[in-house]
Amino acid sequence: MLELDGVTKVYGEQPPVPALRGVSLSVRRGDLVAIVGPSGSGKTTLLHVMGTLERPTRGVVRIGGVDAARLNDREVSRLRAREIGFVFQQFFLAEHATVRENVADGLLYAGVPAAERHRRADEALDRVGLADRAHFKPTKLSGGQRQRVAIARALVGHPAIVLADEPTGNLDSAAGASIMALLRALNGDGATILMITHDAGLAEKLPRQIRMLDGEVVSDVGRDAS
Amino acid sequence: MSADGGRLGLKDGLRVASVGLRARRLRAALSALGIAIGTAAIVGVLGLSSSSQAGLIAEINRLGTNLFTVEAGQRLTGGEAKLPLEAPARLTLLDDVQRVAHTARLKQDDVYRNPMIPAANTGGLLVQATSLNLLSVLTTGVARGSWLNEGTAREPVAVLGAGAAAQLGIDRVEVDQRIWLGGQWFNVAGILQPSPLAPDVDASALIGYPAAQQYLGYVSIVRGEAQTGPPSSIYVRAATGHEAAVQSLLAQTANPEAPNEVKVSQPSDVLTARAAAAGAFNSLFLGLGVVALLVGAVGVANIMLISVLERRSEIGLRRALGATEGQIRTQFLGESILLAVIGGVVGVLAGAAATAVYANVKRWAVVIPAEAWSGGIASAILIGALAGLLPAIRASRLPPTVALRTV
Repeated sequence: MLELDGVTKVYGEQPPVPALRGVSLSVRRGDLVAIVGPSGSGKTTLLHVMGTLERPTRGVVRIGGVDAARLNDREVSRLRAREIGFVFQQFFLAEHATVRENVADGLLYAGVPAAERHRRADEALDRVGLADRAHFKPTKLSGGQRQRVAIARALVGHPAIVLADEPTGNLDSAAGASIMALLRALNGDGATILMITHDAGLAEKLPRQIRMLDGEVVSDVGRDAS
Repeated sequence: MSADGGRLGLKDGLRVASVGLRARRLRAALSALGIAIGTAAIVGVLGLSSSSQAGLIAEINRLGTNLFTVEAGQRLTGGEAKLPLEAPARLTLLDDVQRVAHTARLKQDDVYRNPMIPAANTGGLLVQATSLNLLSVLTTGVARGSWLNEGTAREPVAVLGAGAAAQLGIDRVEVDQRIWLGGQWFNVAGILQPSPLAPDVDASALIGYPAAQQYLGYVSIVRGEAQTGPPSSIYVRAATGHEAAVQSLLAQTANPEAPNEVKVSQPSDVLTARAAAAGAFNSLFLGLGVVALLVGAVGVANIMLISVLERRSEIGLRRALGATEGQIRTQFLGESILLAVIGGVVGVLAGAAATAVYANVKRWAVVIPAEAWSGGIASAILIGALAGLLPAIRASRLPPTVALRTV
């Protein structure tokens, strides 16, 4: 599904700042993975490299067996549009559009006709339990509800993998717990999910935990549990 | 899913391009305003000059281009020539000549409001004796009072041209309205409407030939008999379609002995030239419009640059959702063009409205040249594209991870 082989990412030239140092790991279909580590340990860079938002300085990223380095901007964009769903800590919802439009825009660049986008947006909203909020503006929703909208947007195209960067980071513990329950349920339905968190307590409840420090994977627990 | 499905349709493209405008309406309106002002100025200038030209052409058509003026020219030996006394009668006999009127300028006499005015202050006004059919030949009319008739043509009675009346400060005709003409009082019987085809008549006090003979001594002696005249200007209406033929015969008919001492002109030429000049737009205002347009373009470019900075997270999100660099570029370029086109359309409408109002006041036909409005829209598109190019390229070059980094 997703393989990293000796991935190194170095920012800047003078002096070079390594963010990832030779990370190798693989994620299989149906995995639910937590990436944990302190600030500056390279978690977000790892997520961006996995999501093809950033190209590694060295090493290989293979998504569905395809070497991402061989793809041009258009092909890599198509990969993101169809195979990868992103969830961000800050939600990044369009405030002037409705919840339904926000979710439907998850398919905007995947070449899906508008009617089909809206139909699938309704489906995705139903899965995250917000079917009755479809015509609301995101500003009318609570933080937890907004994150559910963002998750629906990530899932609407049935991507091969969902990458979530601190999805509970901006939420209180109750909302965070309900988002975790949602992610687990979605994983139970077959979604492959990889999430960053700095909350060790949350991470321990997930089947697999990758622990990072200074750009290196220091432990990868529960890989065979799935 | 289709293999090349990443492309946005027109509807989606428009929706995405208008996201920023819909989110910040006031800002969009203000930056479109700059383009609107420039376009309105250009469309207004072009529309007004075309409308005023149309107005003049309509006036030319109303006045007719078949009027000729036959005047005494210069003698070969120097000095002013005179038209023969019988020239009007001879011109009447020409084929395709419909009507002939004539006036005689009384050079010795001037006209004043009253005797107290210093003699030097003639105001450039002329005293002319006239045939009674002058108005029908010039297709002008009486604005106030009445025209001369057989009776008043023998009396010290004058009719003022529109310009002369204004110059003398006479705007109404009263019973005892008098002017000091040629050293005596003349009553004012009427004031004429402007006669654009005969500016001389406009600036004249007109009296009858008999009155000119009797009171001002304008007389010729022909074979021992006193006769009025000679005329100095003869106005000839030719049959429409035969103007050229008539024109070629006028000089030799008016004065067969010395046709080269006769000056023939077509007064509508002056109006035609003026219409052409009116069609040549006012380059000063056009220049101002272009400057406004340029300033508007800079405003749009500026707003778009700010917009790209503000919307970095939106750009990052769109890249994460699978937008290509090209799609981000198209989005911002489209937004800029849309902004400029909105301004352009508003400007064209405003310019057209200004033209319509002004032309209505002037009673001209409203003419908005196609080049004006199509050019206005086209230049708006061009300006939007130019102003949006740099911001759009910047937006597309923004690395997704940088765009997603929230500060």
